[in-house]
Amino acid sequence: MQGKIKPNLPQKQVVLPFKKSVEIAVKSIKSRFFRTLITTMSLILAISFYAYIKVNLDIISSITVSNDKAAIQRLSLQGIEIPGEGRAMELSPQERWILFLSLLVCVVGIVNTQLMAVADRFREIGTMKCLGALDRFILRLFLIEAALQGLIGSALGGAAGALIACLGALVKYGSSIAGLVSLNQILTSVFSAVVLGCLLSIIGVLYPALLAAKMQPVEAMRGRD
Amino acid sequence: MNQPASIVRISGVIKDFTMGKTIVQVLKGIDLEIKAGEYVSIMGPSGSGKTTLFNMIGGLDKPSAGSVFIDEIDISQLDAYELAWLRCRKIGYIFQTFNIIQVMTALENVTLPMVFAGIPDDEARERGMELLDIVGLKKRFLHKPFELSGGQQQRVAIARALANDPAIILADEPTGNLDLATGEEIITLLKMLSRDKEVTIISATHDLKMLNVSDRVIWISDGKIEKIEKREELSISLGQIGDK
Ligand SMILES: Nc1ncnc2c1ncn2[C@@H]1O[C@H](COP(=O)(O)OP(=O)(O)OP(=O)(O)O)[C@@H](O)[C@H]1O
Ligand SMILES: [Mg+2]
Repeated sequence: MQGKIKPNLPQKQVVLPFKKSVEIAVKSIKSRFFRTLITTMSLILAISFYAYIKVNLDIISSITVSNDKAAIQRLSLQGIEIPGEGRAMELSPQERWILFLSLLVCVVGIVNTQLMAVADRFREIGTMKCLGALDRFILRLFLIEAALQGLIGSALGGAAGALIACLGALVKYGSSIAGLVSLNQILTSVFSAVVLGCLLSIIGVLYPALLAAKMQPVEAMRGRD
Repeated sequence: MNQPASIVRISGVIKDFTMGKTIVQVLKGIDLEIKAGEYVSIMGPSGSGKTTLFNMIGGLDKPSAGSVFIDEIDISQLDAYELAWLRCRKIGYIFQTFNIIQVMTALENVTLPMVFAGIPDDEARERGMELLDIVGLKKRFLHKPFELSGGQQQRVAIARALANDPAIILADEPTGNLDLATGEEIITLLKMLSRDKEVTIISATHDLKMLNVSDRVIWISDGKIEKIEKREELSISLGQIGDK
């Protein structure tokens, strides 16, 4: 007990191994389940919307390039314009705009809830700094948390959006289309939705996390002002 | 630690805070030397600048003028890494509000500074359990802070402050949020640690019980040192405190 612990490190260094960072981040997410849920909710909604539009587009393009006359007819009955020969199906400008807005709203929502989360955790951040945490430990903890939230939220959202798009298509265009649609393409779309979701989640936490990391321990201990 | 070298030396420390256009001088030139292994209490009325002085000693804030030396190193010369290292390994902090990290168990709180110090998991856990044992909370190692009483949380904080065998423990009103009996237990615990581990303890307090265990008492008022009393001299003036 008396013997000083000899650091097996280069001189005067503090560390936070990546594995430990993840451990702490997971703990923090679990113990703040409700807050995490709220932060993630806007992401789930936005990403499910994105995945829905993307997968819907996949399905429609698969149908248009197919030879299934009946399905194509049902498409035009739904008021969907079939692009000319050799041209890919694309989103209309309005659809793009709505998609962009929904993602923007989502990021703003994440920034907002993350700022609140940081304010709630001033004391915790200050304490960690008193125990020897560097700015970048704090930054890393927040980024990992955001990435995990992004991963979980967008996986849920992506799956939900794709599922709704598929079920909707089956109802609208008949079960015969099941054979036309490429599963690979849908999975790729869901994957892109998940990547996008993680990205949005991380973008949303950047500013709050920087704020937290830069905080001086005294400020943090004194509370929020 | 054979000869009592000065572990903390404060020289001409002034601290101003700017509030809008007015400048408030909270510390008005503090000179102080603390020897290794000493138990020093800092007494003073609310607002006299105790916490501000603590933040200077602990490297949590920088003086407006003057210097703080820890082990004869001017801490204003340290870069961010060295400062973090100092906070991690040299100094243990105990706060009035305990500041146990809410999402972590007692043991995880105690081992966190060891993680920062790069100590392997097994060793950290083992040492964490020993420390929890010393503060009498071995059985509670899996408990989260909200499952512990104030006194128990402060014990966890003390165990955490000891994690990396610091040379100095800075305790800012460690008993301020505790009832009398619990406060006394914490004071006894701190005294035991200072004796057994030869840690230098610097504690700010309003708590007169703290005086009995202190080697020296530093009275500050309005940002200046009013007087410094050794333990021998204390018994004489203690009678007067009650009268004041
Ligand atoms: N960041 C700050 N900005 C402005 N004024 C400050 C700041 N920090 C402390 N002060 C002022 O400095 C003075 C001393 O504060 P300090 O917290 O050091 O007192 P204290 O002796 O610890 O009091 P207490 O016993 O109540 O804890 C107070 O008047 C306070 O208002
Ligand atoms: Mg104070």
